[in-house]
Amino acid sequence: MEESNWEPKVIGFLCHWCSYAGADLSGSARLEYPHNIRIIRIPCSGRVDPMFILRALQNGVDGVLVSGCHPGDCHYQSGNFHARRKFAVINRLLKYVGIEPERVQFSWVAASEGPKMAQVIKEFVEGVRKVGPNRLFKDEKKDGE
Amino acid sequence: MVESSQNDNIEILTYSEVEEVGGYIGNFEVKIRKKARLVDLEKCTGCGTCYQKCPVKVPSEFDMEMGMRKAIYVPFPQAVPNVPVIDKEHCRMFTKGKCSICQKLCQADAIDYEQEDEIIEDKFGAIVVATGYDLFDASVYGEYGGGRFKDVISGLQLERLISPSGPTGGHIIRPSDGKEPKNVVFIQCVGSRDVEKGRPYCSNVCCMYTAKHAVLLKEHLPEVQTNIFYMDIRSPGKNYEQFVQRTMEQFGALYIRGRVSKIYQRGDKLIVKGADTLAACQVEVEADMVVLATGITARHDSKEVATKLGIPYDEFGFFTELHPKLAPIETVTSGVFLTGACQAPKDIPDTVASASGAASKVAALFSSDRMSMAPLVSTIDTSVCSMCKACMEVCPYGAIQEEEITLRDGTKKKQLTVLESVCHGCGACVSTCKSSCIMLRGMTDEQIFDELMAVAQ
Repeated sequence: MEESNWEPKVIGFLCHWCSYAGADLSGSARLEYPHNIRIIRIPCSGRVDPMFILRALQNGVDGVLVSGCHPGDCHYQSGNFHARRKFAVINRLLKYVGIEPERVQFSWVAASEGPKMAQVIKEFVEGVRKVGPNRLFKDEKKDGE
Repeated sequence: MVESSQNDNIEILTYSEVEEVGGYIGNFEVKIRKKARLVDLEKCTGCGTCYQKCPVKVPSEFDMEMGMRKAIYVPFPQAVPNVPVIDKEHCRMFTKGKCSICQKLCQADAIDYEQEDEIIEDKFGAIVVATGYDLFDASVYGEYGGGRFKDVISGLQLERLISPSGPTGGHIIRPSDGKEPKNVVFIQCVGSRDVEKGRPYCSNVCCMYTAKHAVLLKEHLPEVQTNIFYMDIRSPGKNYEQFVQRTMEQFGALYIRGRVSKIYQRGDKLIVKGADTLAACQVEVEADMVVLATGITARHDSKEVATKLGIPYDEFGFFTELHPKLAPIETVTSGVFLTGACQAPKDIPDTVASASGAASKVAALFSSDRMSMAPLVSTIDTSVCSMCKACMEVCPYGAIQEEEITLRDGTKKKQLTVLESVCHGCGACVSTCKSSCIMLRGMTDEQIFDELMAVAQ
């Protein structure tokens, strides 16, 4: 794809009880958020395996957003805390391999926060747009060929 | 209480505490400590000779320490069972080693000083938590005297004064000198809606019980003038607003919108200084008695109870329901239900409604031999599992348990298994499992990777 009309492609892992419902609410309130995000519904942000994020980046996705319930609000009591811990670890790994921090973000959005969800997605996509296409693994593949 | 104590299907264990809760929905294993009341439940006839003759007098907890009880006592007149209990801390048999008046006088031979705590272990299908609340301790309010003034009492103390079985036999008198009060000030929101005292929530019941007290006072003492300092009148229940209006119009209660800044003694009167925010001025009321509408707080030991039951609680110690709107009775631990003020401040109709709700939830649960559950739960591939047990630690429900199986050649082997009735399908175990042997049905790694690859195309 030409660099000039490049559009970021990002994946959002949204938890079923809070963020996915928040995104749903922003939709039913007719709020606009960038179409660049493809949402994958998961039961809980604690379900997110770091492998999901790595596999997405490896296959040319430009950014991954993980969003769960606010601390203390997890439908499953503690899933979002597990997610936060895993995220802290994977963040260091990503930094080490040279992935910009804008590409992988974590956020808390409640089911009632439709406007916030739209805002989070908007800011996230803008951040990814700024750092440009995710070339890291693509270029490496080329070297290997 | 009496009716339920006579029902064959209901066993009431009073003076008992839950020690341990194990198991899961339909199969709770509960250990209960039945504390030694030192009076034989079977033998006692409830004649009352023991507590009439007991020589030790102690301030009565039920009368809010305004009256006295004996060291062997029935907590309140309608107590079920109508069997007294010996207060070991005050009984002369235990403080001085001799007395035994009650034992000598008891014709049924029911007094047993040697009785010990009994541990009951039994299986239960469901648990309903109805541990109630504690009254807010108003002594933290220095501006209201902090407990120094005898005539500054709590709403519950006034309730005991009004009660015919109370310490004064239903005569409303000042605790300090026994005179009938002429001018009574009520202060609302004591320990409610006060961020500085760590109680930002509304206690729900105080507006209505203060209005009721104003009515009862006027009915008992027609000469009395009631003044009520309030922040807002919250009367959202059925017919509640009409009741408050009647309190003002028919029973002459004077509602003053504002907080009280100070109470001090002048002669035998209490001077209440406060603001009237509607008239935008300071007011000073000369009162004979001040009644504080103390709010509701969670039970002091609610956190320990929550830990035993495996249910969450909020920052104030109230138990957390599964969903604030759609599942206000269920908890995250299936089979444990909440009712009454242990969940949040509730008045009587709300409590009765939630209790009926919990009873029907339990009845519905027990009505069939099998339970229908959402199938989206975790399963463990035991052939790959390395038994690291990391999943057990992250599971918020304790759904993953160790079991022992016998192989075909007779050897025994330990393995992990998911209790499907307990698992909620959050998937925390799946992403924690290092050997990828746990699968969340309907949300497997393969499914998510396929979704991901489709998006990445």
